[in-house]
Amino acid sequence: MRIGVYVCHCGGNISDVVDVKKVNAVAEQEPEVAFVRDAEHMCSEDGQKLICDDVLEQNLDRVVVASCSPLFHENTFMKTVAKAGINPYLFEMANLREQCSWAHPSKAAATRKAEDLVKMAIAKCRLDVPLARQALPIGRDVLIVGGGIAGIQAALDLADAGFQVTLVEREPAIGGKMVMLSKTFPTEDCATCIIGPKLADVSQHPNIRLLTYAEVEEVSGYLGNFNVKVRRKARYVDWEKCVACGTCAGKCPTKVPDEFNQGLSQRKAIYLHNPIAVPHKYLIDGLVCRRLKQDGNACGVCEKLCAQKAINFADQDETIEIRADTIIGAMGFDLFDATLKPVYNFGHANVITALQLERIIATGSSGPPLRAVGNRVAFIQCVGSRDEQINRENCSRICCMYATKLAQLLLRIDPTRDITIFYTDLRAYGKGFEEYYKRAQKAGIQYIRGRVAEVQPDPEGRTLWITVEDTLSREIIESEYDLVVLSAGLVPARATDRISELLKLAKSPDGFLQEAHPKFRPVDTLVDGVFIAGCVQGPKDIPDTVSQASAAAARAIRLMNKGVYETEPVKAFVHEERCDGCGQCVTVCPVRAISTGKQKAQINQALCKGCGICIGSCPTEALDLHFYTTQQLEAQIEKALEGKSADEVRLLIFADNVCTYRLADNLGTGRLSYPAETRIIRIPSSARISPQLMLYAFHKGADAIFLGECDHKASPYTGSVDAIERNLTVARWVLEEEGVSPERIRFSELLASLLTDFYKNVTSLVKLAKKEAEPITPEQRERLGERAKGPLPEVREGAVIHG
Amino acid sequence: MVRKIKLQAKNREFCRKISELSGEVVMLCEQCGTCAGSCPMSAEMDITPSQMIRLVQLGQEAVLENKTFWVCASCYTCTVRCPRGIDPAKVAEALRQVKLRQAIDYIQIDEISSEEAKKLPSVALVAAFRKMTG
Repeated sequence: MRIGVYVCHCGGNISDVVDVKKVNAVAEQEPEVAFVRDAEHMCSEDGQKLICDDVLEQNLDRVVVASCSPLFHENTFMKTVAKAGINPYLFEMANLREQCSWAHPSKAAATRKAEDLVKMAIAKCRLDVPLARQALPIGRDVLIVGGGIAGIQAALDLADAGFQVTLVEREPAIGGKMVMLSKTFPTEDCATCIIGPKLADVSQHPNIRLLTYAEVEEVSGYLGNFNVKVRRKARYVDWEKCVACGTCAGKCPTKVPDEFNQGLSQRKAIYLHNPIAVPHKYLIDGLVCRRLKQDGNACGVCEKLCAQKAINFADQDETIEIRADTIIGAMGFDLFDATLKPVYNFGHANVITALQLERIIATGSSGPPLRAVGNRVAFIQCVGSRDEQINRENCSRICCMYATKLAQLLLRIDPTRDITIFYTDLRAYGKGFEEYYKRAQKAGIQYIRGRVAEVQPDPEGRTLWITVEDTLSREIIESEYDLVVLSAGLVPARATDRISELLKLAKSPDGFLQEAHPKFRPVDTLVDGVFIAGCVQGPKDIPDTVSQASAAAARAIRLMNKGVYETEPVKAFVHEERCDGCGQCVTVCPVRAISTGKQKAQINQALCKGCGICIGSCPTEALDLHFYTTQQLEAQIEKALEGKSADEVRLLIFADNVCTYRLADNLGTGRLSYPAETRIIRIPSSARISPQLMLYAFHKGADAIFLGECDHKASPYTGSVDAIERNLTVARWVLEEEGVSPERIRFSELLASLLTDFYKNVTSLVKLAKKEAEPITPEQRERLGERAKGPLPEVREGAVIHG
Repeated sequence: MVRKIKLQAKNREFCRKISELSGEVVMLCEQCGTCAGSCPMSAEMDITPSQMIRLVQLGQEAVLENKTFWVCASCYTCTVRCPRGIDPAKVAEALRQVKLRQAIDYIQIDEISSEEAKKLPSVALVAAFRKMTG
């Protein structure tokens, strides 16, 4: 083995503080090191060429670069060594800039730390094994859940690109909420006119299989191999035969409120979902049909009348199995239930929701409207939005503009109307929105800034009284209206919880689905191969929904188009000789990647995300993680503590790659100093650090351990925090048993921006190790080393259990 | 003291009247406060120019009892700065016109002695009698 070590000056950023010559001398003493060089800028073309030339001329087989943060240049150097013919996983970096020279102004302390960091990197490099990205085959089938405008757009983009789409919709017809709208803001295009052609495209597209009146029941598998069970509900009408003549509905005796018209009209038990329904077929509502409810020979008039003989009372739910390579979730939203805000008196005949008003205006454009609107109309904004009373803190984003639209439409139908919009803040952020708002004001819509305190019915008439403060003039307004329209906010659709459970998707605090990254992966989820689009991710208008849907389609195509996809090689693996097949790991794995098939744990490489949560759960230490093996971590720990003198203390920091490691970098970048007694070890997640490793660190001379982990809301690894707490409890319990203060191990959930939290934890731990806690005796360290090897107690439901 | 007001059709009428007289769409004001912040006379006013416009938007004729539109020097700073392109100085002028049309006499000619009348600049007297007769 010949390791080449390169120490970078970084144009003085490192060399002004760290004594590079001293670091070189220390590195040269390490085993397997062929030589050590230093250079002004390793990342420059010259620096990279130096590595390439050395690999060929000096016959190197591994490389260590001590320079800036690996988050900054790891990719650069990995590509360089790969070009020179070395497996990129035989390359290591030591972070001498962000986590050393920039963070520790004392030259002596920084040089000391730099020596250790380089030794740690060399030690890890020695134990690196070549790893390869695995290429797995992937097909071209996509499942889209939800047939609203998001699902429709994604389906058409994918189908046009030549991918096979199955579109599953819960309702009997596609189109979601958009098909219910009158016009769309701010352009006032007629909603049905612009969505109509898209509905037709979906139904006619050879690459789209449409399953309406169907729900996803089960999902198993993973990217490239999802197996989905969909239940298609009984329709009692043979859609092959139905020609939608409507004779059946004409004579059907059962009337129920029409969901499509938001309960403002009635439909029959046999009905067409909406006037432009796609598929344009009738169906029987099994819950209300007299014949189906009484399971006898009652009624049956539709069967008698249907010339096509399409009625089939024996129809049953059907389970359809679908294979998919990727999945797009587009379940949309539901309207906030306005009865949860009793002060607005929803339920009164003249208090309606904005969606009801949409239906009134939409039906009124081509016939008699569903109901009269009256002359004085009030819109109340933020009903079910921005309101902690009902646990909805978020803004619903579209209500300001739809109210502005509806108000103008009403005024245009009858210019004598007096229309007022009571708002909290008016948000006209989108393209053309502010201009649209201004147009409404110009038209004479009254905007009053104030949250309506209450809506009271007039004791004598059918009108309603609104009380509100005009927060601009600071006067209390009490006024009478014929109709009150509640601008109800958007809440996650009913199906969201169930589907997120099936697909193992995370939710944000507002109940909508969580994207993988709010800036750079807005339509990805943390589950590979599953994407989200539209209001399922949060309230948004039609253009934003369509953009997201196209983005989700593009992201899905990106994975499928090549026919193979590459996986990161940082995955868990099993030391089979140690595994006794107990199955503990199976239950803790957040992505259910482990099974105990042949009496031994087996890890599905396609599913494993490489978090290492399973490792701490294994009683026989049979599980391990590539690139961060137990042996490698032990070597790093040993080197971090090797040169420690009797009067020194060492704080080992295990920093997760997503948040804590970046946070430590950020401190350095901001030239914010923290104790130089720290030695940071980078891992994917602190859940990878088993209690055995923690005890091993104390055995080798650590005085305190800090485990940093991404805040559970931001972490890519579900359940990592719970796993860390389990590991921590065991390690602390053993420390206490051996008379060592358990306070010496600390854990904190962090975000890359929480500099103060990190700083406080680190300084207080160093202080504790230096002054407050009883020193750890050599005997105690010996005992802890023994304990690290032996069986450790387990933690179940927060309690320590022995044996 | 906090006032309670009731919004009704006649409120709209007052707002329309001021809009018509001034030629400005008063409803367009979004109450940002640029006019009040820019006005060199606002320290002398009882309510700010933006409050004056708000009262017009709400159709509150009580705005006519305020001094603001009399204090307005028609310097047009507000006009050049309004982000919604409204001319508040014209709104003030419209309010002055409405008030003047009420034809209220503020001075009694009989009560002015000839001594005082001699001392008074004639232009002040003309101004004091200014009212709309048409």
